[in-house]
Amino acid sequence: MKKSLFDQASILFSGLFFLSTGYLDEQFCQVEDLQDEASPNFVEEVVTLFFKDSGRLMSNIEQALEKYPRDFNRWDAYMQQLKGSCSSIGASRMKNECMSFRDSCGQGNVEGCMRSFQKVKREHAVLRQKLESYFQLLRQAGSAGAATRPVM
Amino acid sequence: MDATAFPYGLRVLVVDDDPTWLKILEKMLRKCSYEVTTCGLARVALDILRERKNKFDIVISDVNMPDMDGFKLLEHIGLEMDLPVIMMSIDGETSRVMKGVQHGACDYLLKPVRMKELRNIWQHVYRKKMHEVKEIEGNDSCDDLQILRNSFEGLDEKSLFMRSDSDTMRKRKDVDKDHADQESSDGNTVKKARVVWSVDLHQKFVNAVNQIGFDKVGPKKILDLMNVPGLTRENVASHLQKYRLYLSRLQKQNEERILGAARQDFSHKGTSENLNLRSSFQEQPSNIANGYPHASQNIQTQTNMLDSQLEDTKSTVPLPAPDKKRTLVSDVADSQNVTSASSLGGVLSFKSMPVNQDRKPSETMILECQAWNGGIPSKQFMQYPKHNHERCDLLGDYSCLPKPDLEHPVGPSNLYTPPPLISMSCSMEGDARDFSDVKPAIMDCIKSLSPALTCTVDSVSVQLSDSVVTSIDGDLKSSSVDGLPRIKDCCLDLTNSQGSLRPSQEPSIIGSTELASLPEDLPSYPLHGVSLENIGLSSIDLLNYSDAMILSGLQSNWYDDLEFSSEMDYPSIDECLFA
Repeated sequence: MKKSLFDQASILFSGLFFLSTGYLDEQFCQVEDLQDEASPNFVEEVVTLFFKDSGRLMSNIEQALEKYPRDFNRWDAYMQQLKGSCSSIGASRMKNECMSFRDSCGQGNVEGCMRSFQKVKREHAVLRQKLESYFQLLRQAGSAGAATRPVM
Repeated sequence: MDATAFPYGLRVLVVDDDPTWLKILEKMLRKCSYEVTTCGLARVALDILRERKNKFDIVISDVNMPDMDGFKLLEHIGLEMDLPVIMMSIDGETSRVMKGVQHGACDYLLKPVRMKELRNIWQHVYRKKMHEVKEIEGNDSCDDLQILRNSFEGLDEKSLFMRSDSDTMRKRKDVDKDHADQESSDGNTVKKARVVWSVDLHQKFVNAVNQIGFDKVGPKKILDLMNVPGLTRENVASHLQKYRLYLSRLQKQNEERILGAARQDFSHKGTSENLNLRSSFQEQPSNIANGYPHASQNIQTQTNMLDSQLEDTKSTVPLPAPDKKRTLVSDVADSQNVTSASSLGGVLSFKSMPVNQDRKPSETMILECQAWNGGIPSKQFMQYPKHNHERCDLLGDYSCLPKPDLEHPVGPSNLYTPPPLISMSCSMEGDARDFSDVKPAIMDCIKSLSPALTCTVDSVSVQLSDSVVTSIDGDLKSSSVDGLPRIKDCCLDLTNSQGSLRPSQEPSIIGSTELASLPEDLPSYPLHGVSLENIGLSSIDLLNYSDAMILSGLQSNWYDDLEFSSEMDYPSIDECLFA
């Protein structure tokens, strides 16, 4: 019974993530596949790490936007780092916004950069919320309290 | 060494300033049964390597690192330790990849890196050892490894050393007794230079390939056509294999990019132009200035991925190997409709392609054309043979080639535009400019802002201690992450309007998970938790809800939260909900 709840929860949220919303892409699955008995909380650890580090990177960008006006090269370089970070867990929507930002940098479009950056932050926040719900639900559906989804 | 047990316990040093990637890579490598050491700083990595010189078999390093350019690290390692180095990057732009090649990377992986790519890295180590043993030029594929194994038994020995006397370019190191080369009984103490694939030599190679026709090409034929004294069939064979792999990889990337672009709003207008351009391109190989081939000329995608309407516009632009001449274009194997890259130079423009099409994490690099006159060719596809994932020394031997002119893409002269027309990127990134070369100064600036990641030897965790810039995440932590210090209040001058996270507003947590504090415009977690509970998503209730209900319920809650939060004062919500 519990396992099927697991599956339900997993399928439910996986569907949300990958099919309808596109917040996460296949890379997230890859990360989930890495979770095993040796690292039972691997996914959550990685996600936590991601949000922490990406938060730092975003604040770098935020600072740079303020401190170094029109320094597109710098902005772009920072965003490149953030984009790389997004790719680690498959945060595809956030990564898209990162790329929009870089496009604006390429065009020398300050306003575009600012808008894109707001979107990046937004996606970051929304993704975090969703992932936390995801882990929460897994825990609820699961047994031992570890937010693990059985390998599908 | 025991071939069957070889990969296991391979000692890998992973260097990456991104802690998330470092963790993921470490796990992946461990799953490959490798022995992994992680490091977040290039300088620390060098120290480790110097300190424990013979304790590593291979190094994998990211290209963009704050404290030292990844290429510099690559150089150092190559010079001092002579270990195989694999570069990694989210950035697959040609110039970057070329740079990796120049600096001696034995492979260049694009992020997101897949485990299957990592599984194969042992081949680089194996290959290098075999190189040291026999100084055999170019081990290309697993077939070649087989050949090498066979050659250990003296099968290919004759052809290998046929020209050794007259070949002043080749050298062989002393044969290691353990790797007893039965065949290397002849003058194996004579040191000869490795074959250096200069631009001219490569051009000859390319010409030969063109002449023969990529489909029918074979090392012997090429060798004969090239007519270069001292060059062996093996040299050519290996070079050919590398060339194929390189093209294949670039093609795959590009096809994904094309696919994404095609899905946007491309028209078929450029079709006939593309086809016409083929001939024009082939006639202008000399227009290509120095430098490496630019992807503009090589856009290949797999036909089966395209819309039916694109069927007739098949044209592929094979990727030329790193060389200034583009004559290879038409000779890429298995190409169905090869068009010249000239059609792409100044023609194709991939702008901000959504990443949604980026289904496959890039294992290869995508070539992105920047301008496309007359609309985008709806189809530039080429059925390219699917190569195995072995990278071989595809990049390794090109280090002799001259540095490409990054500012001017290779292509027919009339299509030159500054900045480079083609930029390679691992995902559908419509860079209008080539940002591949981040100025060193910027990297220096960045490094001052990066956290100091300490290197943990033979351990799993990466300890982060933010030095200069602290995360705005406040106290994001999970009980399962050990060793991560709590990041205290953000020390940045961020205004509230920017939506910075305010640690002081940390909401209480759902259950036992501690969540980070949230930006103002986010729904608070407590709210969300309440929402969940309101839906009754206990484990039992899940059974009672249809998927649709749950979906809509959850989604509406999410959206509600988003609206709700903007009107709420977080601290008070936190308090009242979790008092």
